[in-house]
Amino acid sequence: MAEPLLELRGVNKSFGVAHVLHDVDFAVYPGQVTALVGDNGAGKSTLVKIIAGIYGRDSGEYYFDGQAVEVHGPRDVAALGVEVVYQDLALCDNLDIVQNMFLGREETNGFGLDEVTMESRARETLTSLSVRTVKSVRQSVASLSGGQRQTVAIAKAVLWNSKVVLLDEPTAALGVAQTRQVLDLVRRLADRGLGVVLISHNMGDVFEVADRITALYLGRVAADVGSKDVTHSQIVELITAGRSGDLGIAENPATTTV
Amino acid sequence: MIDVSDAPAESAAAGFDQDNRQAATIGDSGRDYLNRLRGGDMGSLPAILGLIFLFVVFASLNDRFLTTYNMANLVVQAGSIIVLAMGIVFVLLLGEIDLSAGVAGGASATIIALMLIDYDWTWWLATLAGVATGAVIGLAIGSLVSYLGIPSFVVTLAFFLALQAVPLKLIGSGGSLRFNDEVLRGLSIKNVPVAAGWIAAVLIVLGFAALSLWRYRSLSDKGLVHQPFGLVLIRIAVLAVIVLGLTALLSTNRAPNPDLFNISGVPWVAPVVIALLLFWTFVLTKTRFGRHLYAVGGNAEAARRAGINVRRVRITAFAICSSMAAVSGLLAASYTGKVSPGSGGGNELLYAVGAAVIGGTSLFGGRGRAIDAVVGGLVIATIPNGLGLLDQASYINFLVTGGVLLLAASVDAISRRRRSAAGV
Repeated sequence: MAEPLLELRGVNKSFGVAHVLHDVDFAVYPGQVTALVGDNGAGKSTLVKIIAGIYGRDSGEYYFDGQAVEVHGPRDVAALGVEVVYQDLALCDNLDIVQNMFLGREETNGFGLDEVTMESRARETLTSLSVRTVKSVRQSVASLSGGQRQTVAIAKAVLWNSKVVLLDEPTAALGVAQTRQVLDLVRRLADRGLGVVLISHNMGDVFEVADRITALYLGRVAADVGSKDVTHSQIVELITAGRSGDLGIAENPATTTV
Repeated sequence: MIDVSDAPAESAAAGFDQDNRQAATIGDSGRDYLNRLRGGDMGSLPAILGLIFLFVVFASLNDRFLTTYNMANLVVQAGSIIVLAMGIVFVLLLGEIDLSAGVAGGASATIIALMLIDYDWTWWLATLAGVATGAVIGLAIGSLVSYLGIPSFVVTLAFFLALQAVPLKLIGSGGSLRFNDEVLRGLSIKNVPVAAGWIAAVLIVLGFAALSLWRYRSLSDKGLVHQPFGLVLIRIAVLAVIVLGLTALLSTNRAPNPDLFNISGVPWVAPVVIALLLFWTFVLTKTRFGRHLYAVGGNAEAARRAGINVRRVRITAFAICSSMAAVSGLLAASYTGKVSPGSGGGNELLYAVGAAVIGGTSLFGGRGRAIDAVVGGLVIATIPNGLGLLDQASYINFLVTGGVLLLAASVDAISRRRRSAAGV
């Protein structure tokens, strides 16, 4: 297998007395969709925020392209080419699609904001992702449907020639057709050679697009397997009990004495 | 709307065919505008209608209202309100409020007057000291709001109370400082020479026309979203009529006794306001800071995740607001010719907030423009001006202004609800 694009090794994270992540190893491979699954409170969001640079980590290493890197904030992570598309989308309703896609990284020329370049590049990106559902790139994000917003948020991540894109519950609030549209987009990202991380509760989505599945259970990695090698019910067991047959954590941490 | 097909992309333009429809004709633009209005995106329209309404009412009740003398007066009276409102727009864009802006202006004006009188500083040095005072006040407010997380309402209420001590201590109760510097007092009582006024007006119109046409060409050449050519021409024509019309109006001799005196030309306040308007419009629409300001006002968390330094944006907005308050305090002192301990402690702030909101700036953050302050400020200034001519008791003035503010806030709240329903 190819070298991982992004890799975390032995990550621990506590909030006060709550030890949220225990020695978590996590890897993202180019051209693959890695699904990150786990029940509520398993530590998925914390792990994503550590990858995104929003939270620091108590211990553990952060590797990118095989190199250990120091990450001190979202800007460092963005500079590496890692983009996160959040569950609550992180779009500004009062700005239009182009403005949102370039938020925080606006192009300027000698005279000020370079709207011509920004709009052209936004169009190119949306077109390259075969996004044809938005009426105008200059309509405000408030007027978009849930699927369209998700699409814009993903396109925003792609615009920056990112190498790794993390999608936090991208289909959670979407209807059937819109889910289809977003999953197609997820697959296209991986086919372009990006490392894609899909965080999802929906096993149907996971098995449809994921190449690998990493299951978290109470802050530990229960399994890191190819999606072809496991069944639907095994993953559900890993999520709910931390193990399934010979897969998973040897001893259930919830029942061990502390 | 939803296109599930997976057709390959042909070209950049092919993906957004419908874009062009949006900008095809003036009729389409008109329909788009009506749709936006229906969806609750009113902009400055209520203020413009209100201004027309007030003008019609006052002009029909008193024949002195529409005289050029009174119109020039109105421009001068509106100046300090507009400038204060322009500062307030910056904090309103963040969804914050600055209750101390009025007294910050009073305190800064006191500093300016003291520098002029006690230290014999030249006008621009004194002005700089005043604006710096405002900036320091704003930095302090902004830091308290963003680092300690105190609601801006409370921080600025505290500053509103505390800053009133500054003029009181420096001037002494019951006293006042005269404000008769040739240049600064002249802002209100002197006029731009007629020829210079015309040249400036023509330059403004030509500049606007050149920029609009250049923008139209650079966007349409690349097939990007642009307004139809007709609409661009109409906008240029409207601006030309307003700017040249006002210049013509104010360039006639408006002295009550035209045979004895000659009072003509645009009051100096107007170019000051216009310069600030152009500058802040540029900052809001053409700079990264401006874009970030809207982003923080629209969704602070999204802005933070996009790598925007939300704290710095907040602090800068408060600093801009208080600095503009200093300029406003200067204009107010220039108009009255003195600074007293009560300067800026009256209705100035509420007038300015009212002006910004009436002009179309949202109290909920994320929506507003510098021009809103100008349109709204004219509405707010017209009320006392017109009522004053009607010899009404001053309580009516308060009632009407309060009513107008409430009306504007209601329009803001209702249009916000319609916007979220219509998703415009």
